[in-house]
Amino acid sequence: MSELREQIQDVIETEPVALFMKGTPQFVMCGNSERALRALREAGAPVTAVDILPNPAIRQELTAISGWPTIPQVFVKGELIGGADIVEELAATGELERKLGAALGPDYRGLRSEQVVGVT
Amino acid sequence: MATEPLHALLERAFPDAAELRVEDRTGGGDHFQVTVRSPQFNGLPLLEQHRLVNNALAEPLREGTIHELRITTRGTE
Repeated sequence: MSELREQIQDVIETEPVALFMKGTPQFVMCGNSERALRALREAGAPVTAVDILPNPAIRQELTAISGWPTIPQVFVKGELIGGADIVEELAATGELERKLGAALGPDYRGLRSEQVVGVT
Repeated sequence: MATEPLHALLERAFPDAAELRVEDRTGGGDHFQVTVRSPQFNGLPLLEQHRLVNNALAEPLREGTIHELRITTRGTE
């Protein structure tokens, strides 16, 4: 297993909510990443964002791990939730907040503030 | 790319679809909205429903000809 893949795996497994996106929350580079980020923020999710754009290998390794072909990808406590459409749809029905509460505990909103981590 | 090849791939994967639409959202041939209503989705979690659509479109997704894909899936129940 490559070092990069281990780093990505580590983010997925250790961060409460991992968002692999194009760009960063401060400078989003894609409409679908924007939609996923907005839905997560509205649900109060403690987002850890990873920008996949700096290196094409990040996306390749991520897709190899998750089996999901498109970006963004959202993981809650290691479990793939889906891309922008799924996260938006779950948010609209209240299911996203229920999932976050069930996986991370009722006080998930205060778990940590939004952050960006890099993988190289 | 045009919408027709995507439509054809989806028809092959969901021959029993009650509704199947591919829209070019920007007219540029790389931002698509796909809508599929099929009995194949009945009882499946949303993640697995979208996975079936992704699988049907695996080749154009791998080639990178689709820059942005939006998916809406519904069962028929």
